[in-house]
Amino acid sequence: MITAIAIGIAFGWFLERAGLGNARKLAGQFYLTDLTVFKVMFSAIVTAMLGAFWLSRLGVLDLAAVYVPETYLLPQLAGGLLFGAGFVVAGLCPGTSCVAAATGRGDGALVMLGMFAGVLVTGLAFAPLAAFYESSAQGSLTFPQLLRVPYGVVVFGVVAIALSMFAAAERWERRAQ
Amino acid sequence: MSKPYSDPYLAGTGLGLTLLAAFALAGRGLGASGAFTSVAARFVDAPPLHRSDWLLFEIGGVFVGGFLSALAAGRFRLVLERAPRMALAFLGGAVMGLGAVLARGCTSGLALTGGALLSVGSWLFMIAAFAGAYLLAPLVKRAWR
Repeated sequence: MITAIAIGIAFGWFLERAGLGNARKLAGQFYLTDLTVFKVMFSAIVTAMLGAFWLSRLGVLDLAAVYVPETYLLPQLAGGLLFGAGFVVAGLCPGTSCVAAATGRGDGALVMLGMFAGVLVTGLAFAPLAAFYESSAQGSLTFPQLLRVPYGVVVFGVVAIALSMFAAAERWERRAQ
Repeated sequence: MSKPYSDPYLAGTGLGLTLLAAFALAGRGLGASGAFTSVAARFVDAPPLHRSDWLLFEIGGVFVGGFLSALAAGRFRLVLERAPRMALAFLGGAVMGLGAVLARGCTSGLALTGGALLSVGSWLFMIAAFAGAYLLAPLVKRAWR
């Protein structure tokens, strides 16, 4: 419980530091005027991915004991498209809506209310969605398993792609100014 | 006078270390939509709605952390946007709620967490979410003026 609260505090702190409690700043990502969302997300993914990889190599962290989100291809494709559409309309995602609300922003509180209503209604009207929700299940499938290549190779590939996209993002923002 | 936001790579690295700490200390990643489903599960009995006390404590922490960071930087301010923007915030939130239930997670629990763990479904969700947002963005541009 203390761990959960402490991790949450750090999570909220870094989101606010980056400016991700501000819907207009997040929306800038989708109009390509401010690429902060992309930069924060991918530097976080690369940091945690490299940390998990090296800590498990050193025997400090047991990666097998970490829960890997399970793959359901069609529900995650459709859910992702809907989620993205909702994101650009709301300007905040679930985590950042909490930060926005905590920093006094009314739109953050409304995104939270909307999110809760959406989850509640989906739960109430779930029966017709149940079969789709369980479809195309792949278990805890990862890219090293899918591509049959060593974990480190995928890690290296993600780092290479992220670094080249960071460079492209910087060039884009300089040109836009 | 409010301070400028941090460098995005620096904040992102801090966020990544937070995620890594969650892997090491709790054997799981971060979450946000799961806290909403956890509360909804108290009212509605449906298979995708799970209770999770861990996520409720974590999201409580997110409030505290976000508030403290804004306070320290002089950015805490009560701001109410105009009515159309507020209505869209609610509507967008509701659509995200549907999407997050279907996908079994959001930007935190699925994209960040599974992204770092190289989960195929997480990357699929992330790419689909960006695609959905970019496809709709031109149609809702006026709302951001």
